[in-house]
Amino acid sequence: MNKETSKIRDEIIRSSGVNPKKCMRCGKCTATCPAFDEMEYHPHQFVYMVENGDIEPLMQSKSLYKCLTCFACVDRCPRGVEPAKLVESVRLAVIRKQGANHLTSDDIPALLDEDMPQQAIVSALRKYSK
Amino acid sequence: MQRIGVFVCWCGSNIAGTVDVQAVSDALKNEPGVVFSTNYQYMCSQAGQDIIKQAIAEHKLTGIVVCSCSPRMHEATFRKTAAAAGLNPYMVEIANIREQCSWVHKDMATGTEKAIILGKAAVAKVNLNAPLTPGESPVTKRALVIGGGIAGIQTALDIAEAGFPVDIVEKKPTIGGKMAQLDKTFPTLDCAACILTPKMVDVAQNENIRIFSYSEIEEVGGFVGNFKVKIRKKARYVKEDICTGCGICTEKCPQKKVPNEFNMGMDNRRAVYIPFAQAVPKVATIDPNYCTMLKTGKCGICSKVCTAGAIDYTQKDEIIEENYGAIVAATGFNPISMDKFDEYAYNQSKDVITSLEFERLTNAAGPTAGKLLRPSDGKHPHTIVFVQCVGSRCAACAEKGKEYCSKICCMYTAKHAMLTRDKYPDTEVYVFYIDVRTPGKAFDEFYRRAVEEYGVHYIKGMVGKVFPEGDKLMVRASDLLANKQLNIQADLVVLAAAIEPDKSARSIATMLTASMDTNDFFTEAHPKLRPVESPTAGVFLSGTCQGPKDIPETVSQASAAAAKVIGLLAKDKLTGNPCVAQPNELMCNGCSSCERVCPYGAITYIDKEFRMPDRTTAIRRIATVNEAVCQGCGACTVACPSGAMDLKGFASAQIIAEVDAICK
Amino acid sequence: MQINNEFKPKIVAFCCNWCSYAGADLAGNNRLAYPENVKIIKVPCSCRVNPIFILRAFQRGADGVIICGCHPGDCHYTSGNYYTRRRMALLFSMLNYLGIEKERIRLEWVSAAEGAKFAATMNDFTSAVAALGENKRLEDLRCKK
Repeated sequence: MNKETSKIRDEIIRSSGVNPKKCMRCGKCTATCPAFDEMEYHPHQFVYMVENGDIEPLMQSKSLYKCLTCFACVDRCPRGVEPAKLVESVRLAVIRKQGANHLTSDDIPALLDEDMPQQAIVSALRKYSK
Repeated sequence: MQRIGVFVCWCGSNIAGTVDVQAVSDALKNEPGVVFSTNYQYMCSQAGQDIIKQAIAEHKLTGIVVCSCSPRMHEATFRKTAAAAGLNPYMVEIANIREQCSWVHKDMATGTEKAIILGKAAVAKVNLNAPLTPGESPVTKRALVIGGGIAGIQTALDIAEAGFPVDIVEKKPTIGGKMAQLDKTFPTLDCAACILTPKMVDVAQNENIRIFSYSEIEEVGGFVGNFKVKIRKKARYVKEDICTGCGICTEKCPQKKVPNEFNMGMDNRRAVYIPFAQAVPKVATIDPNYCTMLKTGKCGICSKVCTAGAIDYTQKDEIIEENYGAIVAATGFNPISMDKFDEYAYNQSKDVITSLEFERLTNAAGPTAGKLLRPSDGKHPHTIVFVQCVGSRCAACAEKGKEYCSKICCMYTAKHAMLTRDKYPDTEVYVFYIDVRTPGKAFDEFYRRAVEEYGVHYIKGMVGKVFPEGDKLMVRASDLLANKQLNIQADLVVLAAAIEPDKSARSIATMLTASMDTNDFFTEAHPKLRPVESPTAGVFLSGTCQGPKDIPETVSQASAAAAKVIGLLAKDKLTGNPCVAQPNELMCNGCSSCERVCPYGAITYIDKEFRMPDRTTAIRRIATVNEAVCQGCGACTVACPSGAMDLKGFASAQIIAEVDAICK
Repeated sequence: MQINNEFKPKIVAFCCNWCSYAGADLAGNNRLAYPENVKIIKVPCSCRVNPIFILRAFQRGADGVIICGCHPGDCHYTSGNYYTRRRMALLFSMLNYLGIEKERIRLEWVSAAEGAKFAATMNDFTSAVAALGENKRLEDLRCKK
């Protein structure tokens, strides 16, 4: 693992709050994933690859955007690993790499649409304010 | 003032090689209290011991310092020597000038200097020593075993075999425990009933064993050798001594809709019942929650059909008081509740069952007479999915599962899978596992046989979801080695539920002042070297109440606990360690700090009347130490805010004297 | 002892009877040398060590105090070393206030099998204390007036 990947990995682990070392490789996340067939890398592989610093293929992978963030894996994981949060963090890492397109909270009111569901605003804040 | 004799040992050249023993004995001659000082080649030899004995008599010594090897080597020797010469053995102190001086230092000058300082420290300590007498307490030669499962049965049998009376207290109407519910036992596949029920009969017939079934522990007092226990014998509304166990009442009782707990609720029993055919004692019990007579006063059929006249609706709970020398906790386990595992549809479908329910389904005495039939429609299942680690190794949520490995599931699942394939070759059997753990004699061979000979599909992966679809169960699982998600149409899903200590264990541990871990398993006195003893003296552990165990392990622990109990009961008197805590009544303010830190529950409080300076009397709450229970760790002495607590043999003043001598 | 050949610090070691004292014996059995400045006081359990003993040692001129107990989880009395750990955490946090460098005191877990660790610990601790120099005696200044 080179220095750059290790930095990205640490950042992913930090921002997701997930400790991939807790994983005991039971595969319950993968067993429960409704988007399994769409995915190239499955939840348990996600956790394993992040732990090993295999981040680059994950960031390139389409499965990143096939995750529905339904949190079934988070709910069922017997060790409390929370793979969905890792997926989200890898997505963030991709976004950050594309350029520092962050929003500050002051920018948001102007962009708001009255019809926009509140949940979307909250999740946008979660996504972009990290 | 003490009259101290100092004896410096050469230990051949072991000490004398690096320490000038003559200089040491000369230097110590001038210490306060020292009246005699000498050195000799081998102090531990008979001649050396004679020098000590002679000096005690000649110089009227009240204390002895031996500058020699480690007290771990010869403290006991020199204490015996002193005792033989009429001196209290606890007036002997050892200055360790071999292991901690001559052997680790090369230079004669520094070695001698250090030896002198160590000797001075020992002299300073002996100056403050007081004669100590170990406390003695009598031993009640009777043991109590809490729990009548295979652990309790084995412990009781072994103790009774040695000739000591034993009482078994079992909260269910019969002894036998979980093992009585099992069908076959791994890895040899002999039937549980065939090997357990003879032992139950042995218990019933053994003159030294009394069984208090349908009874619970109400109160425990006293300490090792002298426990006082109150046992609540619950009213079973049947006179135990008259009932012949003929079972007519259980056939005639009109209340037929009582879930049968022995069959895990998969069929019904009557309100008056005998749990199973080989129950011990074979006596009927009336369930007061369902009996129409007890609830409304209208029925009384069982009383009419009972030819022996054993039914007694007016029976009341009875409290029995008994004294015991030792107590064995054998409270056992239960599978955890599956209520929180919505993903496995346990509460949605009758065809999702736990492994213990599966045991009953395959047991010839079970609800289906041993035929493997689906609980929902009574049809023969063709595809059976076993899920391992349901709630075991689950660290995510304490309410849902247990962090530990339940240890027995891998083996009984292999057994279930193997037996199913053996009896019904038309079935497809899948086992989903995280790891297969088979560390036991002939265990891994057993598991491999299930795979290789019986064609059980072992799949590395976990089931994520089970949902009923029509009369089938859809099982969605992962196959990690193939990197696939599987969807299996199953007829029956069996969950290997984690096991947890019985709920009653917590309150029993509180009564026994025995400690428990975060999972409510009893903790052992030492995890490796004292695995069957509780840290509380006189309390022993047997079976799964101490941690998950299979039957062979349970039985060996049960026998080990029995051996410990026999060792205790064989003594007429218990001699304690005299180095125990001692509170100063006048300084104690009754704050309870010491009670809270004591790992043994040796400290209690009493109200004592004190005469005050103005001639009035006042009642004050003060600490007392039970010398039979105290192990002398000294935690309380430091916790005491007023300095009232001290440790005999390691008194604060003594340690401070040693510190002063070293720092001088 | 290269730092200061003249200065020999006085070091008091409190060792629990079951683990560390046996560890010290093992160091002796294996002839593992450690400085003679270390003098061992046997206590039944590290939790018998009252902070007062430690302060007394400093008051009487000790330059360093080391407390050795069983490893966490191995205490002969189940929980004694946990008490020690908490008490010492409190005491250590107050040492600065008392004018004692916190390097002068140490809490170590030494098992009965760790003779080598015992000797190494004592060597290390002695040189650490020697580097600090002589301890200022804890004295009641009011008595000096």
